[in-house]
Amino acid sequence: MTTTDLQTRIARLHEALAERILVLDGSWGVLIQNKGLSEADFRGGRFADWPSDLKGNADVLNLSRPDFVRDIHLEYFEAGADIATTNTFTATSISQGEYGLQEYGAEMNEAGARLAREAADTLQAADGRQRWVAGCLGPTNRTASISPDAADPAARSITFDELRETYREVTRALIAGGADILMVETIFDTLNGKAAIYAIDEVFEEDGVTLPIWISGTITDLSGRTLTGQTTEAFWTSIKHARPFAVGLNCSLGPEQLRPYVAELARVADVPVSAHPNAGLPNAFGGYDLGPDDMARPLAEWSRDGLLNIVGTCCGSTPEHTRVLVEAVRGVPPRTVPEPEPVMILSGLEAVRVGR
Amino acid sequence: MTSPTPPLGDDPDASSAATASFVNIGERTNITGSARFRRLIREGDYDTALEVARQQVEAGAQILDVNMDEGMLDSEAAMVRYLNLIASEPDISRIPLMIDSSKWSVIEAGLKCVQGKAIVNSISLKEGEDSFLEHARKVRRYGAAVVVMAFDEQGQADTAERKFEICERSYRLLVDRIGFPPEDIIFDPNIFAIATGIEEHNDYANAFFDATRMIKKHLPHAKVSGGVSNVSFSFRGNNAVREAMHAVFLLHAINAGMDMAIVNAGALPVYDEIPEDLRVRVEDVILNRRADATERLLEIAERYRDSGEVAEKATAEWRNFAVRDRVTHALVHGIDEFVVDDVEELRLQVDEPLEVIEGPLMDGMNVVGDLFGAGKMFLPQVVKSARVMKKAVAHLIPFIEAAKKRDGDTRAKGKIVMATVKGDVHDIGKNIVGVVLQCNNYDVVDLGVMVPVASILEAARRENANIIGLSGLITPSLDEMAYVASEMQRQELSLPLLIGGATTSKAHTAVKIAPNYAGPVVYVPDASRAVGVVSNLLSDTQHEAFAATTRAEYDRVREDYLGRQQATDRYPIEEARALPAPIDWAGYAAPVPRQLGVQSTTVALDELLHRVDWTPFFQTWELSGSFPKILDDPVVGETARSVYEDAQEMLRRIVEERWLTARAVTGLWPANSVGDDIEVYTDDSRTQVLTTVHSLRQQTSRGRGRAQNYALSDFIAPRETGIPDYIGGFAVTTGIGEAERVAQFEAEHDDYRSIMLKSLADRLAEALAEYMHERIRKEVWGYANDEELDNDALIAEQYQGIRPAPGYPACPDHTEKRTLFDLLSAEENAGVELTESFAMIPGSAVSGWYFSHPDSRYFGVGRILKDQVEDYARRKGWTLAEAEKWLAPNLGYTPGK
Repeated sequence: MTTTDLQTRIARLHEALAERILVLDGSWGVLIQNKGLSEADFRGGRFADWPSDLKGNADVLNLSRPDFVRDIHLEYFEAGADIATTNTFTATSISQGEYGLQEYGAEMNEAGARLAREAADTLQAADGRQRWVAGCLGPTNRTASISPDAADPAARSITFDELRETYREVTRALIAGGADILMVETIFDTLNGKAAIYAIDEVFEEDGVTLPIWISGTITDLSGRTLTGQTTEAFWTSIKHARPFAVGLNCSLGPEQLRPYVAELARVADVPVSAHPNAGLPNAFGGYDLGPDDMARPLAEWSRDGLLNIVGTCCGSTPEHTRVLVEAVRGVPPRTVPEPEPVMILSGLEAVRVGR
Repeated sequence: MTSPTPPLGDDPDASSAATASFVNIGERTNITGSARFRRLIREGDYDTALEVARQQVEAGAQILDVNMDEGMLDSEAAMVRYLNLIASEPDISRIPLMIDSSKWSVIEAGLKCVQGKAIVNSISLKEGEDSFLEHARKVRRYGAAVVVMAFDEQGQADTAERKFEICERSYRLLVDRIGFPPEDIIFDPNIFAIATGIEEHNDYANAFFDATRMIKKHLPHAKVSGGVSNVSFSFRGNNAVREAMHAVFLLHAINAGMDMAIVNAGALPVYDEIPEDLRVRVEDVILNRRADATERLLEIAERYRDSGEVAEKATAEWRNFAVRDRVTHALVHGIDEFVVDDVEELRLQVDEPLEVIEGPLMDGMNVVGDLFGAGKMFLPQVVKSARVMKKAVAHLIPFIEAAKKRDGDTRAKGKIVMATVKGDVHDIGKNIVGVVLQCNNYDVVDLGVMVPVASILEAARRENANIIGLSGLITPSLDEMAYVASEMQRQELSLPLLIGGATTSKAHTAVKIAPNYAGPVVYVPDASRAVGVVSNLLSDTQHEAFAATTRAEYDRVREDYLGRQQATDRYPIEEARALPAPIDWAGYAAPVPRQLGVQSTTVALDELLHRVDWTPFFQTWELSGSFPKILDDPVVGETARSVYEDAQEMLRRIVEERWLTARAVTGLWPANSVGDDIEVYTDDSRTQVLTTVHSLRQQTSRGRGRAQNYALSDFIAPRETGIPDYIGGFAVTTGIGEAERVAQFEAEHDDYRSIMLKSLADRLAEALAEYMHERIRKEVWGYANDEELDNDALIAEQYQGIRPAPGYPACPDHTEKRTLFDLLSAEENAGVELTESFAMIPGSAVSGWYFSHPDSRYFGVGRILKDQVEDYARRKGWTLAEAEKWLAPNLGYTPGK
């Protein structure tokens, strides 16, 4: 038997985390651009007659061009990634609503998880190495904490319960497709993230299944806060109840700008810490400037400084980034996870410790 | 910013999260407790309702309790709307929320609106275990903490035993059955009304205290909270008595272990400020100390009833006082918001605007002065009072000027000209003294920093000053002060001279300054002594006696000192050199830097925050105690927390708004020691000497047996060993941008923030020095790659290598800073310059040498003999007189004798 069942995979994940720094794969944007996919590629046979444009809807490729998606997973795995993120970042019914594809959200998620699973299993059958699939629950394009209407700050374009419904559907589909991990990532509004956590916990209870939860927030700008204004510690405090197997920061900033916040997280979080920053800040042309070495150098430095348990890259990166990164962190010991402290910490936009 | 109850402090183990040992929860956004808030919500005036929340936060609420329970209202909708509005106000949503309702549906609606970790208030066993646990599971799923009422199927608990029994049962269910984190459980053991006339109620407060103690003892990590205003319910309509009851209740509840309470943040009287007879009778009632306690409180309650209507907006209740009392209140509490209006009101009541200063403002400041003198107020509060005073005076000045033009001049109690002497830029202490003196109605003319003697004396004459005050921090300033004294003598002045500043001392004043001047010379050890000294010196009756006793005292100090100096039997320099630091160079290989030469950098301020050593910060504010223990100090703790909270707030702005820029330059060079000098080479060939660093050697007393006599050169391998060794140097500052801000604060009459910024910039500079040292150790020199130290260990300097600064005990010669700065091109590379006395500008700067040897350590050179001074003069190319000038604080002999 060359592939393994879910419980074994989860157990191996925890073992591997204790031993080394795991590497997460990189982004899809550059690869999709480089392959020069056309509107027809995005539509495939299945959506040939779809009334609106689909080009740019990366997640529809799970259904229209599964071969292409599977190949990217294979490329990243072959570059040395331990963990693949499923191509489901925008596969929520809320985000797909922009294309009128909301009804296909669940199917995209399940297919996305299955394609990554197939890639992981194919390679494991060949070389025996365990690789993992992180089912990605994206943030959606709506925010539950900010008003869309300048005249009425109490208005909301999405509610907690609407988000929760979507995330329940996504969670079930990712599990069905074969994900090992559920990754709530690029959280810019912690309330959206909390809705995802709530939904995941409900599904776990209802379906009698439990997967490791990975939570990764995003710092919006150089203020060092999330879009909705939380500090890194307030963010961690607000999602800690998910008992995540790892917490991290991703996207948005390049490594140089992100470092202080990752260091902050490494200091306060009593679970493994991850980081997958962008390849720098977008330049004037919307591209990313940091090459594989430029990315690997700081990330390896953070690793040596004991900040990380999982490392990867986000927007602007390629399998070459992953390949260099894998080499750069090889043999570097993972961050020691601190013992949990029984201290009450509450948060608004900032964290407050209560107690004596 | 000011808070009536213990405010937030920072976590001792350097977490960025504020830590609160006692948390006050704002209650004014509770519809069941506030008629005004209820009316606002009912009328749909959410904008004003939002202001109520903002006021609570500003008044010091650390958590905001929101309750929308009202029969006529769609409570779910109101809760959602209000919380959504709060989410769009960062000033409010900064703090955590408490979602308060007796209806679960309202709580759940609220939980769906908050991104932070909130508290649910409350759940209980009232409807049995199933519903209790179901709600608890959901609370957990929403990621909130929870208040559990001492309420079960039988009802609300009123005895200590019942309260504890229910809490314990709840705790076991939550922790054991569903794995609820115990630290996220808050028990509310029911605060009930006392003094109701019903005898059974008399012990309710005690029952709460006892239950609290039991919970804290037996239910690990659980917290205790309560709604304090219930306790005084029978006195509704009499806020003065109610607030006194709250303050007394809180004191005892906190002592019993209560962690948080729902209170009207901003309307808590200070326990000590409650009038004695009221406090005693309230305490009798709270503690149920006598059978007639309620009657006795009722007897006097009417006397304390407030003048105004039942104050809904209790935060501003003092606004109903008579205008003079309002001014006093504003001064004592440091509230500057209304003072201009109040002062204007007063001005219209009097004939001359000056009467407002001499009457109500001075009366108020006298109260401040008395409280400060009695140790009931502390320096940060006094500085805030001064801010209020300055604003008030600034408003009156134009009117006074107009009156002066009409009538001629008027006088304050006395005028003091103050200055930091030439060559020195340190002025925090001087500014504090200035503020304290102004608070006491002295006219202070502050000449600023780096003031030459001519300007000081000229100003004293021009201003017709009564006293001159000198300040300085670096040791060369001591000489400058002595020089000012001799100039005062030469110019035949007679007014008193005050001496203050970190390196000054009574001994130095007595020995080096007082003999130069026939007038009174007085050393002032800290700001709190300044007023006493000045008032004595300016008193018609006390002046003579005070000046005479001071002079007699200083004469005695001087004789003792000089006697001691002659008596010591120190090692001659040649013998001292034969007993250097015990370092065995055989087989030693000095760590080789990864990179030689000079490197400059800017550092993000947030890198520095967790490295700040807070204890000296509190010393600046004359609050003594070590951090973090000082925050819980029974005497100064409250003040320490308040100033610390203000510091955190300013630090946040310093970082976010980039008030300051941190620059650093470091360098590493090949070096070897030659005797007591260190030769620094241009490169590793060690053929060309770039510069020579001169060190001074201890000449310890022989009396204590064979002692080592350290010099910094001992820590560098001697040239003859042939070991290639290295020395480093650094200069850092966080003061770039400081002057502009300080000028702005001073223009706003805000000494408090001005001093705060300077003291924080100083701390950041020290933190930057630590940070750069670590980078040097770990990266550039790279001999301590695997060093892992927390901030306490760093502050305790538990690392390999030292970074002594010229001008400090291990290398007391300030002029060596010039050598260091030349090596580093520090002016160009770090923006730090040296004055003629070798003080660094900006003042928030640190410089020094790096030594890597594992046995290198800090020491004080101490007193040295003439043989070494002569030798040193030769090495430096100085005359003996020059050497004696620069080494004056270390001379173990009297020059010229």
